[in-house]
Amino acid sequence: MNVVVCVKQIPDPSTPGQLDPATKTLVRGGKLVIDDSDMYGVEMALQLVDKAGGGEVTLVSMAPNSEVSGLRTGLAMGAAKAILVSDDALVGTDALGTAKVLAAAIKRAEPDLILAATESTDGYTGTTPVQIAELLGLPAITFAKHIEVADGTVKVDRQTEAGYDEVSSPLPVLVTVTAGVVEPRYPSFKGIMAAKGKPVDEVKIADLGIEAGQVGWGGARQEITDIAKAEERKAGEIHVDEGDGAEKVVAYLEKLKVI
Amino acid sequence: MPIATTWVLAEAAGGKPLGVTLELLSKARELGGTVEAVTWGGDAATVAPELGKFGATRVLDAGDIGDSLPGVAVAAALAARIGAGEGADVILIPQTYDGRDIAGRLSAKLDRPVLTNVVDLAGGDQPESCHAVFGGSEIVKAKFTEDGPRIFVVRPKSFAATESGGGAPEVVTIEVPDSGATNAAKVVQRHVEERSGPKLDEAPVVVAGGRGLGEAEKYSLIEDLAKLLKAAPGASRAIVDAGWVPYSYQVGQTGKTVKPTVYIACGISGATQHMVGMKGAKNIIAINKDQDAPIFSLADLGIVGDVHKVLPKLIEALQARG
Repeated sequence: MNVVVCVKQIPDPSTPGQLDPATKTLVRGGKLVIDDSDMYGVEMALQLVDKAGGGEVTLVSMAPNSEVSGLRTGLAMGAAKAILVSDDALVGTDALGTAKVLAAAIKRAEPDLILAATESTDGYTGTTPVQIAELLGLPAITFAKHIEVADGTVKVDRQTEAGYDEVSSPLPVLVTVTAGVVEPRYPSFKGIMAAKGKPVDEVKIADLGIEAGQVGWGGARQEITDIAKAEERKAGEIHVDEGDGAEKVVAYLEKLKVI
Repeated sequence: MPIATTWVLAEAAGGKPLGVTLELLSKARELGGTVEAVTWGGDAATVAPELGKFGATRVLDAGDIGDSLPGVAVAAALAARIGAGEGADVILIPQTYDGRDIAGRLSAKLDRPVLTNVVDLAGGDQPESCHAVFGGSEIVKAKFTEDGPRIFVVRPKSFAATESGGGAPEVVTIEVPDSGATNAAKVVQRHVEERSGPKLDEAPVVVAGGRGLGEAEKYSLIEDLAKLLKAAPGASRAIVDAGWVPYSYQVGQTGKTVKPTVYIACGISGATQHMVGMKGAKNIIAINKDQDAPIFSLADLGIVGDVHKVLPKLIEALQARG
């Protein structure tokens, strides 16, 4: 079974995010890392391929400046190869444009299963995976808390407002995984060394048959009109607990008439 | 051109519209033009009067979609109606599990962009949406650059739900076309998880735990405290990712937005991811041993202390009150 995992390479979330005042979009400079949310998909893919007894995991990513450092993490975990779409024309691309690019790249890998996170940690539009499925003419099962594949069928426990649904679909299918669906492994030293030699196929949008007008700022058909500071909440009373912390909370709840 | 028609995807559960559905209907009235609610799931007749009360003048019903996922079926029905020239200028979709699926499918089918994570919307010929970024510390405003249909995906609790005093709307059945292979995923069995106590996004009091609890077993402190306060237990992303509690407990950007009267954050440092989901609480109490934790910057009452010491005492004190 061949599995594609969509991987986003993002600025390190531990450093504060910034908006570019000129373009009014996220500053995506500096070293990029694999989005933590995608580690679950990579791990799930590796386990499913292992269980199927054959096949490989391919990472698919779109990033500026031929960035591969995040992909290397996924390769170090055990993915076999990666396809990276990097093209100056992609600057400013929105979720639907990204879906068009990723869908075209995913097609090249001819996967039985496509895994993605429910949303990225930096942009969190949260629609790209389903847009990819629609563009590829595939079913999608989102918000998976549990995945099993057997006899060409995927069975997923899908998070719902009320609880969860058991959903079943024939392959090929796209599944988005929630955090916690599986415990991602840490890359081993051996894995990190091996990752350096694994193939990363870098392509331009022209290689995928995509025209520049479909992506980038023009393709997005939306504009940021303003960025403003939100109304700040003021910090209130701060107490260092000296055994009386609980009392302070009780008194506060009493004041609010909650108790 | 002014907005002539707005569709609201009227998600419902158990024969009642979700709170966010009523919020979206209320906002849709402000945009001007006709407000139409889109329903699915087979209970249109039951929910229609309530939808009318909040401003829907017509209900477009995709009917009982059986074991299909709403993302595919509802998007196909709407795309067909738009294709037939009976579309809308604005489509308001709740940012729920099913709402997001519908938005993604519809966007790709129509080749129209989406704006998601909307927390406010201003009317006009080209409506302007607000999006909270960096934990809600900054607000980004955005517009589409073309005419409709404009797809906005709106976070629950963004608008107040206010009645319009409208009567029961007419219910019109809309056809769900065959979606072929995209509709191959089927619901086999539905499970309702009985959560004790109030719902996380409706509870007047929320008690949430984070990494500061140290280990999964200690989450029972949160549950005990929640029970005593008739509160809903919640969680930060860190402990959901770690598998301590289910995803449905998560408060924050990737989880639920909550606006309770009181939010008690226990052992939560206050990552931007978390804050955006709870900074709308009327009162915030934070208990954390790190006095530099960002959560204290918006807490009305901050206790710098160890949750393992403060929480047992708090539970004991509340139990003693009976």
